[in-house]
Amino acid sequence: MAFLGARPLLDAASGSVVVAAEEAPNPWFDPSYVTANWSTIVGYAGQHVRLTIGAVLLGALIALPLALLARRTRWLSGPVLGLSTIVYTIPSLAMFAFLAPYTGPLSATTVLVGLTLYTLVILVRNFLAGLQAVPPDVREAARGMGYGPARLFLQVDLPLALPAFMAGLRIATVSTVALVTVGVITGNGGLGQLIIGGFNSNFYRAEIVTGALGCVLLALTADLLLAGAERLLTPWTRAVRA
Amino acid sequence: MNDFRDAFVYLNDPFNWTRPGGILDLLVEHLTISVLAVLAAAALAVPLGILIATTGRGSGAVVVVSNVSRAIPTLALLTVFAVTPIGFGPRATTIALAVFAVPPILTNTFVGFRGVDADVREAARGMGLSRGQVIRRVDLPLALPLVMTGLRTAAVQVVATASLAALVAGGGLGQIITLGFGQQDYGQMIAGALLVALLALATEAVLVLVSWAVTPGRRRLPFPPRRRDRTPAGEPEATAVGVPS
Repeated sequence: MAFLGARPLLDAASGSVVVAAEEAPNPWFDPSYVTANWSTIVGYAGQHVRLTIGAVLLGALIALPLALLARRTRWLSGPVLGLSTIVYTIPSLAMFAFLAPYTGPLSATTVLVGLTLYTLVILVRNFLAGLQAVPPDVREAARGMGYGPARLFLQVDLPLALPAFMAGLRIATVSTVALVTVGVITGNGGLGQLIIGGFNSNFYRAEIVTGALGCVLLALTADLLLAGAERLLTPWTRAVRA
Repeated sequence: MNDFRDAFVYLNDPFNWTRPGGILDLLVEHLTISVLAVLAAAALAVPLGILIATTGRGSGAVVVVSNVSRAIPTLALLTVFAVTPIGFGPRATTIALAVFAVPPILTNTFVGFRGVDADVREAARGMGLSRGQVIRRVDLPLALPLVMTGLRTAAVQVVATASLAALVAGGGLGQIITLGFGQQDYGQMIAGALLVALLALATEAVLVLVSWAVTPGRRRLPFPPRRRDRTPAGEPEATAVGVPS
């Protein structure tokens, strides 16, 4: 038998040998797969993007007040950071398994909530670091000039902490894009569906690689977009450097 | 809370622990894969990090590697290695995890050795220490906290990611979770999640203690309250933090 190394599977009914992986051509990348399944790929990519944006936005919306609160009340910042370390350490698969009984084992909500927790943890740390790095003198001067709390935040804290905020958003976005794939356990893994789908369809490499490359491309695109946004939002940093 | 009770019933059944393919078997498999992966990665990344930091060549590559590795999903790498001629199973999982453990170790080793005061190094050279002696007796003790941070980050990441191997038939404790999802058995799902999460937290705690024990000089536990004295203002400690996996 020439193909013994090719992982032959014994077909129980006929007793003949069915060749699984290597015998049939199984290229790493196949343009015809991409063109033939374009709408499926785009659909999963759309879900991937939606989950990422949802998780990062929700995480940012919750993280900002938390970071402001943790800065204001000193004793809170310890517990907030400690708790965030613990959440950070919990593996995503376990996180989804914890959530599944409450948010549905086959629903995208499970993935969204789990990913939001991770982005929340990343963002709280970065937001807090950014806010704490604002020089107290500057804040005091602004307060002495009659700035109220809202104006102080919008016109003093926010611009000064913006680089740290954006750094946090970039890390959160890139790692979320990678983590969405684990959502495959609930059937809502975005491009991760292609990765596991290809694995389950007799190790179909073209599908796996398409999913994997799609994830990397999404992450890099998102990172570039956020970097561009940061450049646009903080023109003064470039003026200083020049 | 009913599901949590089911989880404890599952965990309280000795048969679930001791039967072949039970929790103990899976735990041993999980730990074997993780330890091998981290050791293999450390054997490659620590010398490489030292080399790059002391020669100063290829430091741009370190930054690129540590940034790009964030964007590659662990699941993708696990799957890709499983469909190579290596075949799916513990071996492919170990290799994939080792690849993933390299960037945190490499980055932290590089930053640690880079950060050694050049004056200290020069003084050691002036006292007649050879290049190798400087690395072993001067650089290493000073860089050790960061090297250990890299190892800890990598180990926690690997232990966490090893649970994903269950999705590609790679073994480990994640199988309890995937089986729970497959059977819609919430108790088993939560039991597996508890085991995997506790293992990751325990890994973190043990390695914190280990790095506390091996670090020379003034000892400070990195548990909270974590001081932000060494991080530059407005910049979170990028090298010490991994990514959730």
